[in-house]
Amino acid sequence: MKHTLIRTSAFALGVASIALFGLSAQAAMVPAGATLADNQTFTMRVLSEFDAIDPQLSETVDAAGVERDLFEGLFNQDADGNLVPGVALSYDVSDDKTVYTFHLRPEAMWSDGHPVTAADFEYAWKRLADPATGSPYQWYVTIMGLKNGDAVTAGDMPLDDLGVKAIDDHTLQVTLEQPTPYFTKTTVNASTFPVPKWVIDEFGDDWTLPEHIVGNGAYVLTEHVPNERLVRERNPKYWDDANTVITKTTSLIINDENVALARWKAGEVDRTEVPTGQFPTLKAEYPDSAMSAPRLCTYYYWYNEGPTGPEALKDVRVRQALSYALDRNVITDQILQGGQFPAYTFTPAATAGFTPPSVPFGEMTQDERDAKAKELMAAAGFGPDHPLTFNLNYNTSEAHKQIATVVAQMWKTKLGVDATLVNMEGQTYFSELRNGNFDVGRSGWCGDYNEASTFLDLVRTDSGQNDGKYSNAEVDALMAEAKTMTDPNPNYEKVEQIIAEDMPIIPVYHYATSFMIDPGLAQSWPLGNVEQNWYSKDLYRLAK
Amino acid sequence: MINFVIRRIGIAIPTLLILIAISFFLMHAAPGGPFNSERGVPPEVLANLNAKYGLDKPLIVQLWNYIWDIVTKFDFGPSMIFKTRTVNDIIAQGFPVTFTYGIWSFLVAVVVGVSLGVAAAVNHNSWLDYLAVGVSIGAQVLPNFVLAPILVLVFTLGLHWLPGGGWNGGQWPYPVMPVIALSTSFMASIARITRSSMLEVLHSNFIRTARAKGLPANTVIWKHAFKPSLLPVISYLAPAFVGMITGSVVVDVYFSTGGMGQMFVNSATSRDYSTMMGITILYGVLTIVFNMLADILYAWIDPKIRL
Repeated sequence: MKHTLIRTSAFALGVASIALFGLSAQAAMVPAGATLADNQTFTMRVLSEFDAIDPQLSETVDAAGVERDLFEGLFNQDADGNLVPGVALSYDVSDDKTVYTFHLRPEAMWSDGHPVTAADFEYAWKRLADPATGSPYQWYVTIMGLKNGDAVTAGDMPLDDLGVKAIDDHTLQVTLEQPTPYFTKTTVNASTFPVPKWVIDEFGDDWTLPEHIVGNGAYVLTEHVPNERLVRERNPKYWDDANTVITKTTSLIINDENVALARWKAGEVDRTEVPTGQFPTLKAEYPDSAMSAPRLCTYYYWYNEGPTGPEALKDVRVRQALSYALDRNVITDQILQGGQFPAYTFTPAATAGFTPPSVPFGEMTQDERDAKAKELMAAAGFGPDHPLTFNLNYNTSEAHKQIATVVAQMWKTKLGVDATLVNMEGQTYFSELRNGNFDVGRSGWCGDYNEASTFLDLVRTDSGQNDGKYSNAEVDALMAEAKTMTDPNPNYEKVEQIIAEDMPIIPVYHYATSFMIDPGLAQSWPLGNVEQNWYSKDLYRLAK
Repeated sequence: MINFVIRRIGIAIPTLLILIAISFFLMHAAPGGPFNSERGVPPEVLANLNAKYGLDKPLIVQLWNYIWDIVTKFDFGPSMIFKTRTVNDIIAQGFPVTFTYGIWSFLVAVVVGVSLGVAAAVNHNSWLDYLAVGVSIGAQVLPNFVLAPILVLVFTLGLHWLPGGGWNGGQWPYPVMPVIALSTSFMASIARITRSSMLEVLHSNFIRTARAKGLPANTVIWKHAFKPSLLPVISYLAPAFVGMITGSVVVDVYFSTGGMGQMFVNSATSRDYSTMMGITILYGVLTIVFNMLADILYAWIDPKIRL
């Protein structure tokens, strides 16, 4: 089966841009009749220093944002999150759907003039899997489904047994453990980007310093002052440089979101996040700048159903009652106020190609849920004379605290439940969560790729992120079967229905990203990309 | 005097070693670790990470290796959070920033604080005294986490005179607001200590004698009263100096300077063991050295101390 990816944006643009710019086509889709500003720089705020600017060593969202500018993987995403060609122009899939053969763009070049080859990808993917690299994203080769991924990452098999191989300079062959329907989507993750072996061999960890780094992305790193700023400028050797608009992107590290907002107001940054609860005010004051869009993330609470969890929470009636009594609209509309969505399923509605099913408790009114919750709690043997008590754990954050306070109050008022708030600093909290030292614990999950299994795999018995130790053989079987199905959606729907019945988690809300952006840049920001995988090369600034 | 200095150095070295050992064990006693992220990593990946950073070895071996690398190679190890950077890199990048705004803050605090204190004491119970006391009390009760946003509000958003943050290599005018925010409360303390000390000295017998001899007021103040009145100020200045050159979380966070204060706190919360240890040792050395210098200075000013 042969797949050829046509870059829809570039195609559409090619037509549009002839009218706009004569022979100069724009990769960024500048609307017809619009005038670009003279200043095509972009300055944005990031929360904290990047953990690394090395695709295989970093794990933060902010670092991935920089790496998407400096490196390019097999595929990129467009403004709506669809795959568009990056270094790969097309690919073939074997009949059993376990072997992918990618045909790479011959004109792709590193910033030092070396051609980008299939061997660069093979090296990068093996580097990701290599235990000696110490990548915090090493597990991603398993998510991708690469053959022998588990054994290689555990050090039980040599790196050469990993399912990736350069056939020739422009042909990369990937072998999967089993058919993985979402495999190509995983290749937009920064950890799969190629890296220049010859530069890493020469400079070691220092290869990412501005004076050494070599990339194959649309930009090159020109300045990096840790904890203060990181600047990247156009890479003239990038294959599509002629169609790129933004000349320079600067990330300023500003820890405090209110300080960042003040600096946005002062015109020092073009983009910054909106502090919790301030979106309505800012939207009223700056309607052209305050933006909100759905994200591929869910905020939820785990029930500890493991051996260390309280017996009461192993009763499905209690788990259902606590979930029903939680009025999600209060949290999204009165606390967060940033365009978040109440959650009744684990998978967000924003997930590509999958519409979460209507689950019975999501169809009820809040009054009906409250009444049902009281009924369930009474049936489980809890009431005013015998109140349910447990700890509600969360990691330090003003927003988590606000939500937990309101949730505990709802449970107290509606069900007479005494939930004690237990706040822990992040590293302690996540350690305690992993070790099962909690009763009900806050969690959040953002998809690694845009497909429902990135969420639903968490409730598999063998999932490393199944902190609640939930176990349901039917869920495990459905999720295992989904891996080999052409259309796994029916299985995902069944799993969502089981979750709504078994209630291993309390889905609270689906995230939205809300931010302030310079009005000139607002139009080009990819609001439709729910993973918020944006690329400087696709942005442009309109004249005021 | 030499014996005094040798004795102080003799105490400083074991103090530092004890500091390293206590910090090391306390740090590892805290729950969680550098790789406990919200997402979590599978056990085999965690094992690989622990092996890479030597965290799979017994604690005492880790401590020994750590001290050995420092003593033999002056190597404080790799950061466990900033994967491609060493602790030496982090300190080399952050400390000059902190040191720069710290030195400026120190100079501003000392010059303004001592001047205010002396002016208030010499003009005791005059409007100048009340003004100086008012200013210093006001400055002292205004914490820098309140002062910093006020400065941004006034000078960045209101008057558009100063950038709201950033360091830009320490070029003018980027350090202005960090220096004001950091120096203000120190300045207030110095002013109050100087004032009360100066008042005490001005009422002492030897000053009365100097005045009785008919010496001019300026000579009495600057030649006879000023030096002894600085004694309590000096004992305050040593920790204050270390406090200023090692940075401030508030200043770093509000003004995005890239300084050490923010790194120190971040390393603690993210369990970046090596970075936390490196900065702790740096702060420890600075505190010990400057306290020692203060003691020596104190002994030089007041020979009774050497006894």
